[in-house]
Amino acid sequence: MKSAIKQKLAFALMGLTTIVVIVPALVIIGIIVKEGAPALSWEFLTTFPAPGMVEGGIFPAIVGTICLVVAAVVFAVPFGVFAAIYLNEYASENFLTRLVRLAIINLAGVPSIVYALFGMALFVNYMKLGASILAGGLTLAVMNLPVIITASKEALDSVPQHFREASLSLGVSKWQTIRHIVLPNAIPGILTGIILEVSRAAGETAPILFCAAALYKPELPTSVFEQVMALPYHLYIIATSVPGVSSEQKYGTALVLLGLVFAFNFFAILLRARLRAKRKW
Amino acid sequence: MHRRSKLERAWEFLIEKLIALSGLACIIFVILIFTFLVKEGIGVFKTVGLGEFVGGKAWYPISDPPKFGILALIWGSLSVTIGAAAISIPLGVASAVYIAEVAPPKVKEWLKTGIELLAAIPSVVIGFVGMLVVAPFVGDLFNLPIGQTALTGSLMLSLMAMPTTVSIAEDAITAVPKGYKEAALALGATRWEYIWRVCLRAAGPGIVAAVMLGIGRVIGETMAVMMITGNAAQIKLSLLVPVRTMTATIAAEMGETVKGSDHYAALFGIAIVLFAITFIVNLIADAFLQKGRGGAR
Repeated sequence: MKSAIKQKLAFALMGLTTIVVIVPALVIIGIIVKEGAPALSWEFLTTFPAPGMVEGGIFPAIVGTICLVVAAVVFAVPFGVFAAIYLNEYASENFLTRLVRLAIINLAGVPSIVYALFGMALFVNYMKLGASILAGGLTLAVMNLPVIITASKEALDSVPQHFREASLSLGVSKWQTIRHIVLPNAIPGILTGIILEVSRAAGETAPILFCAAALYKPELPTSVFEQVMALPYHLYIIATSVPGVSSEQKYGTALVLLGLVFAFNFFAILLRARLRAKRKW
Repeated sequence: MHRRSKLERAWEFLIEKLIALSGLACIIFVILIFTFLVKEGIGVFKTVGLGEFVGGKAWYPISDPPKFGILALIWGSLSVTIGAAAISIPLGVASAVYIAEVAPPKVKEWLKTGIELLAAIPSVVIGFVGMLVVAPFVGDLFNLPIGQTALTGSLMLSLMAMPTTVSIAEDAITAVPKGYKEAALALGATRWEYIWRVCLRAAGPGIVAAVMLGIGRVIGETMAVMMITGNAAQIKLSLLVPVRTMTATIAAEMGETVKGSDHYAALFGIAIVLFAITFIVNLIADAFLQKGRGGAR
C-alpha cells in the first residue's frame, strides 16, 4: 500500500516537472504572439526600414535570411547526405570511421560564436569572400552539417537490410543499389533533416555576426558577394542598440522570426508523421 | 545481366570516392576550425602568456596598457552554467523519465512535440523575452538595481539546455532492455520501484551523457547570454550580480577590433579555450553514450 502511494506521488511530481519544462515555451510563444500581432501588416512585411530603423518594415531582413538559408542548404546538403551515405553504407568499423563520428559529434558541439570566428577567419579573410551571403552561407553550412548527417544517416539506417540484399543478389552494383533502392526510400527522412537545418539556420544570429549580417542596408542583394540584413540579427539590433524603437515593432519582428522558424518545423514534423504512417515496411 | 559500360564504371568509381571524401570532410572541418583559431589566436599566448591569460582577473582590452585576463569571463560562463545545470538537470531528467515511462502514448506525443517547440525557439528570441520580461521580474523579485544577472541567464539558458537533456535522456531510458522491466515487475516491484532501482541505473551512462550535452549547449550559448546577463566582467560569489561570459565577450567586442591586433588575438584565444572546453565535454559525453550502448546489449 505504501509503495502504491509512493508511486502516485513520484508520478505526479514527474508529471509536474514535465509541465514546468514545457509551459515556458508556450508562455514565450504566447507573449510574442500577443504583443507582436498588432505590428503585423502587409506593409510591415514588404517595406524597407526607414533610416534609424525606428519605423518601416523588415522586408530586406526577411529576404536576407532567406538568401542565407538557401546558401547554407546548397552547401550543406550534398556534403551532409554523402557523408551519411559513407557512414551508413560504406564505412567499416575501424579507427577512421570512429574518427569521422567523433568529428561530427565535435562539430555539433562547437559553440556558435566559435563558428562565427572560424567563418570570419577562413571565408571572409583568408578566402577573401568578404562579409557576404556566400561567407555567411558557408559558415552556417559547416555549422549545420551534423544535423543533416545525423538525420540522413538515421533515414538510411531505417531502410531494411533485405532491400539491399535483394538488389545486390540480382547483380546490381553497390552504388546502383544505393542510388535506386536505398536513397528513394530514405528521401522523406533526409528531407526532414534538411528542413530542420533550414529552421535552425534561419534563427541563428551569432555565426553570421561577422560573416554576413549588415546593420542597416535598405536594398535587396544583387549578388552572393553582398552583405545582407538578417531577421535574427535585426531583432538583436533593434532590441539592444537602437533607441526609440516601439516595443510593438520589436515584438512584431520577433513574431515574424518565430513564425518563419516554426513554419519550417511544423512542416518537418508533419512530414515525419506522414512518413511513419506510410512506411512500406 | 546488364553489362555496365566503362563510363558507368568510371562514374561509379568517381561517386564512391566523392562519398568517402565527404565523410572525411567532417574531420577536415574540425582540423580547419582548430587551425584557424590557433593561427589567429596563438599570438595572445605569446604576448600575454598562457598563465596570465587564463588566470588573470583583469579584462581591460582597450585601456592602456591593455589587460587580457579571462578568469572573470570564465567565472561568468561557469556561474551561468552552474545555475542553468542546477535547474535543468533535475527537471530535465524527471521529464525524460515521465515521457519515456509514465505518460500514456497520446500524451507522450504531445509532450515530445512541446519539447521540440522549445528546442526550435531561436536563442535571440529567448534572449529578447528574457530581456523584456524575465530580467525586470528578477530585478523586482530580489530588489536589485539591475535585473540582468547570472540568475536571469541561468533561468533562460536552462530552457535551452532542457530539450537536449530531455531527448537524449529519454532515448537512454527507452533503450533499457524490456527484460529488465518484465523481470522487476514479475518480482513484485511497482513501476516506480522499477524506475528508481533498475531503469535509472541501467540508463545511467546515457543520462550522464544527456546532462553533459545539455551543459555543453549552455557553455556555448551566445546571443541570449549577451542580452540578459548584464555583461560586467567581475568575480562575485553570487548569482544575483551581472556577469560577462566568454561567448558574449567575443560577440560584443570582435566587431570593434582591428584584424591582427592584440585584442583580436585575445578574442580568438577565448575561442580556443571555448573550443577546448566543448571538445572535452563532448568527448566525455560520447564515452558515456558508448558505455551506455554497451550495457544495453
